[in-house]
Parts: sequence; C-alpha cells; structure tokens
Amino acid sequence: MKFGVVTFPGSNCDHDCYSVTKDVMRQEVEYLWYKDRDLKKSDCIILPGGFSYGDYLRCGAIARFAPIMEEVIAFAKKGGPVIGICNGFQVLVESGLLPGALIRNKSLKFICEDVYLKVDNKKTLFSSCITKDVIKVPIAHGEGQYFADANVIEQLEKENRVVFRYSGPDGRVIDDFNPNGSLNNIAGIVSFEGNVMGMMPHPERCSEEILNNTDGRGIFESIVAGVSDRLI
Amino acid sequence: MYRAKIYVTLKKSVMDPQGSTVQHALESLGYEGVQNVRMGKYIELDIAKDDRDKAEEQVDEMCDKLLSNPVIEKYHFDLEELK
Repeated sequence: MKFGVVTFPGSNCDHDCYSVTKDVMRQEVEYLWYKDRDLKKSDCIILPGGFSYGDYLRCGAIARFAPIMEEVIAFAKKGGPVIGICNGFQVLVESGLLPGALIRNKSLKFICEDVYLKVDNKKTLFSSCITKDVIKVPIAHGEGQYFADANVIEQLEKENRVVFRYSGPDGRVIDDFNPNGSLNNIAGIVSFEGNVMGMMPHPERCSEEILNNTDGRGIFESIVAGVSDRLI
Repeated sequence: MYRAKIYVTLKKSVMDPQGSTVQHALESLGYEGVQNVRMGKYIELDIAKDDRDKAEEQVDEMCDKLLSNPVIEKYHFDLEELK
C-alpha cells in the first residue's frame, strides 16, 4: 500500500512519519506538499504533527484551508483512510472531519512526556493489530485538551468512537493520569464511518527498537493490514 | 470602507485556565471583587465595501468560516465607517 504524508509550512513530524512507514513498515510513501492538489494515489493520508502556519489564530485553523486539504477532505468523505497525529488531529477537528476542538492544556504548559493510553476500541482500522491493552506513547503539545459539547461526548461514547484514553500504566482511567484536562481522558477518536482517526500522542516516535519503545507500531500495522485487505 | 472590530470570546461552557490564572494574579495584587475573568481575541480589519449590509454579511461569513471556531467560541463585532 502507499502512504501520503502531508507537509504544511511548520510541520515537523512529517519526516518521522515518512521514516516509520517506509523503513519500519516497508511500505511505499510520498510527501504531499500543502500547495499541491495531488494525493499521488495514496491509500492512506497522514496529517503529521508540528506547528502548521505557526499555530496562528488557532492550531490547525489555517492549514485546514490549504489546497491539499480540499483533496484530503474529499478523499475522507469517499471513505479514504486519514490519520491525524497531534497538529494533524487539530487540523482534522478544524476541518470538521472529526467533532470537537483541541484547546489549551489545563495546566497552560506545553507537555512533552511519555503517557499511557488505554486502548478502548480495537475494532477500528487504526487499532485492530494492537496487542496490548495499555500502550506507552509520548505526547508533545500545548493545545491538546479535547473539548466537545456534552451531547457530542455522549454520542462518541455511545458509538464507541474513543480509541485511546489517557490512563495509568495499569489502564485505570482517572483524573490523575489526564495530562491536559481532556474530557473523559480522550486522547484519540475515530469518525462515525471509521475511516478518519485523530490522536494527540505520537505513535511515529515509538515504533522502533532503537527508540526503546515500539508501542506505537501497532497503529501503523493496523492501517497496513486494514488497507491491504481493502485493496485485495 | 468600513473598519470591523471583532471580539472572539470563549463560550461559557469552555474552561478558561488562562482567565483563572489572570484572575488569581489580580487577586494576589490586592484587587478585590474581580470575578469571571475570561480571555478572548480582538481582531481589527478594514473592508473595502460601500454598503454597510454587505460589509456586515462578509464579516459574519469570515467569522463563521475562519476567525472563530463555533465549537468553542462566539463572536460579535462593531462596524465603523471610515471616511
């Protein structure tokens, strides 16, 4: 299969995503320039982390109108798989492909540390190959507090669309392990149709032995397995 | 030509840690009775339209589309004619 990694002005995790999909997952991958309108026949689009457009106005608010995003939105609406990581998640909520918003961390601090995530739904395109119930993945954000109206939260919960929740190493989902104040400890959600996922933690930073943590790999393995199934 | 003075504020339901930090700072400076501090954004722009209604319509559209995020924010604006 082929991944497409979007580069916005200010993206800084695009190379990590490229490296993981190419060198670890051994798949085809191409960069997609924000000014282009060509998805280069990608089977899955990655919106990477970073500070697109300097996070001006609101994180992801300007990137959402970049030319490439018109194509990404059309691709997602036709059922194409899209994963947004960190700033990519912010772009997805700004574009309306996922509900809610990501606002300033409750502590007002930029947080860069490993956190534990309880994998709450292993039946998605992005989590089907994750073997553990709790994974350790780093976060690095200042605006990662997931917020949505009460009825949206209720709907997400009812439809089992919360894929990852901040938890303790033992999987306990409590306030003490909520790094940023996200409602219901939400760290990652999937769209109603299941083809778009956004998450604040960075799986591309923990998918190789040399980095001493391979817990993020299951997410990319899930995509490769799921998309390859579709392609057959 | 009109000048739009746009105020973008957080909805009541959205927590505002910045506002409460500023409120605490004001309290620690000795100011009493300060309540409900909420941080927002102020945007000023000029719009080259002769018709007030058209200018208003466009500012509304820009606010809905880009300048504010309806999930967390609301906005209001004043239009001032430039001579």
